[in-house]
Parts: sequence; structure tokens; C-alpha cells
Amino acid sequence: MAKIIVVTSGKGGVGKTTTSAAIGTGLALRGHKTVIVDFDVGLRNLDLIMGCERRVVYDFVNVVNEEANLQQALIKDKRLENLYVLAASQTRDKDALTQDGVEKVLTELAKDFDFVICDSPAGIEKGASLAMYFADEAIVVTNPEVSSVRDSDRMLGLLSSKSRRAANNEEPIKEHLLLTRYNPERVSKGEMLGVEDVEEILAIRLLGVIPESTAVLKASNSGVPVILDDQSDAGQAYSDAVDRLLGKEMPHRFLDVKKKGWMERLFGGRE
Amino acid sequence: MNIFDFFRDRKKGNTASVAKERLQIIVAHERGQRNTPDYLPALQKELVEVIRKYVAIDNDDVHVALENQGSCSILELNITLPDR
Ligand SMILES: Nc1ncnc2c1ncn2[C@@H]1O[C@H](COP(=O)(O)OP(=O)(O)OP(=O)(O)O)[C@@H](O)[C@H]1O
Ligand SMILES: [Mg+2]
Repeated sequence: MAKIIVVTSGKGGVGKTTTSAAIGTGLALRGHKTVIVDFDVGLRNLDLIMGCERRVVYDFVNVVNEEANLQQALIKDKRLENLYVLAASQTRDKDALTQDGVEKVLTELAKDFDFVICDSPAGIEKGASLAMYFADEAIVVTNPEVSSVRDSDRMLGLLSSKSRRAANNEEPIKEHLLLTRYNPERVSKGEMLGVEDVEEILAIRLLGVIPESTAVLKASNSGVPVILDDQSDAGQAYSDAVDRLLGKEMPHRFLDVKKKGWMERLFGGRE
Repeated sequence: MNIFDFFRDRKKGNTASVAKERLQIIVAHERGQRNTPDYLPALQKELVEVIRKYVAIDNDDVHVALENQGSCSILELNITLPDR
């Protein structure tokens, strides 16, 4: 039986898709059979970040409508044995996904996979609520910025009240905070909320802190999840987060301002 | 950053701590509202209609609030009647 994990945020553009791709790939790297499902109907993007955009034939909505079966719609990753993607549909019909349809697909996926990662769309509309409804755990992606933190808190409220677990009076969804686009330098200058600030306000377990990093754009340019760039700060930070998700204790890295070497200080360096 | 910027920044204060303070207030407020049942606005509207049969009041003159105290909840009604 798979663990279903939703990656959600409320606010748009904070790094949900980047995170879904990285965490899903990280789980597969560690030997867990994983599928990443794009719930952003009409704005499919996970396929680009995963680098499989030219291999999408059937999508999530096709499976829900029984125009294709799961085997036809699942896209196997070219790099990793255990990794699959289910693409979102590009239809403009917002009601293309139904709760029953999603339940049917997730139940079938859960039989075959160890992890199902649901990449939620932004907002609190139907797509976002369907992405979270069947979840066992939630990764709440937050940027250190007022509107993102407020929206995350809003999502925490929805996670605890509008889910299958809440409806069935089961143990609540396990919530994790992932702080992304973190800039230690700006935090040290008092321009940006620090990890402790956000932790204190949201009061949920910290899964990780992903630094603002040029590696993320490079990775998305080439369709390679950033976690596979194991030399990069963001890649390593995601890797630690995956280990923590699997229950390992890992110290948090990349929280402090990098000390510049004397050469760099003397000649300056490009950021 | 030069020395003058440094002092200017100090005077302007630390915007991150302003952000934190504002967030703490708004989040606490919104959490308080989150736990109120969905029927409260409708209840409020109907109460206003009933009371209007007898007294001329505005929508804003009726306040309903639900407070949870341990195992029981208290529904608090606060109706401001117009000046006589
Ligand atoms: N750690 C990071 N460092 C630098 N840039 C980042 C980082 N994380 C995400 N980004 C950039 O932020 C943008 C939004 O990321 P992404 O698409 O993952 O967000 P999203 O939450 O899925 O957005 P949407 O709400 O539209 O689905 C992208 O351009 C991405 O490259
Ligand atoms: Mg996205």
C-alpha cells in the first residue's frame, strides 16, 4: 500500500512542482517505487521539469474518463528504474477531475507503488482540494515571505478539516514544512524571515530548507530534477529532506551565510 | 553597504521582524475564525430578519460568536438595539 503525499502551498509559484520532482526522484533513487502525479489540470508543467514532455500520450483525465488505462498513461522515467510520471491534462475543463475519478486512480496506483506524490495546483479551488483529499502526508512548500506563510497556514487548516482522513475520523494528515528559496544573506540582514520565525508561526515539523539557487533554473532548463545535480546546494538540501521524510535524522545545512574566501573577497565573484 | 547605509538600516528597523509580528497577529486571528461552523453567517442573517419584525436594526447590530470551552460550546449573541 503506497503512502500518498501531497505537495501543496496555497500561493502559486513557490516551488511545488520543483519539489514534487525532486522528492519523487529522491525516493526512487533510494529504491522506492514512486509515481509523481500532476494535478494542475490545464497548466501541465511537471512533464517539463521531469524532462518527459515529448512522451506524454495519455494523461490523468484520460484515465479518469476511461479513455486509456493506467499502464498506457504512466510515463516511465528514462533515468531511474522505479520512477513514473502521470501527466496532467491540458484541457480547459476545470471539472475534468472528480473526487470519485481521482479516488479510483489513486487506489489503483497505491496497490502498485510505494509512494504517490501529488503535485497540487496553486489556490484553494477544486484541483488543490482533490490533490490533498486522499493524502496521508503533506509537504507544505513555503517561501520566507508574508503572503506565502499566511497561505500555508490556510492550507494547514484545510488539510486538517477537508480530507478523507478528517471525514473518516482517522489520524490526521502528517504535515511537513519545506521552506524554499531561502536566502541566508538576506535573513542575516533582517530583510527576510528566518527559519525559526516561520517554524514558530506555522508550528509544524520542519522537513527541510532549500536555498535560493541558480541550480534550480539550470535543472528546469534541461529537464533534470535538481536533486540529480548532487553537486548543487539545492540538490543536496532536497536529498537531506528525502532522508528526513524516510525517518532519518539529518542536520540542516545551507542555513548560514557562505563565508567568502580571501580570493573571492579580493576580486569579487559573480553571484 | 557603507557605514551610512548601516546606520540608516538600523534606524529603519528590521523589516523581517515587522513581518513576523504582523504574521503572528493575522494568523492567530484567522485560526480563531477557522474553527467556527459554516452555518454561523446564515444563522446571523436569519436572526436579523426575525428581530427586524419587531425592532429596526442593521445587519451589523447582531453579533454571533461560538466559543468552545472544553466539552461544551457557548453560542454568544450580542444584539445592539437602536437608541430609544
Ligand atoms: N530553490 C529555488 N531557487 C531558485 N529558484 C527556484 C527555487 N525553487 C523554485 N524556483 C523557481 O521558482 C519558479 C516556480 O517554481 P515551481 O514551478 O516549482 O512552483 P509551483 O509552486 O509549482 O508553481 P505553480 O503554483 O504555478 O504550480 C520556477 O521558475 C523555479 O525555477
Ligand atoms: Mg506547479
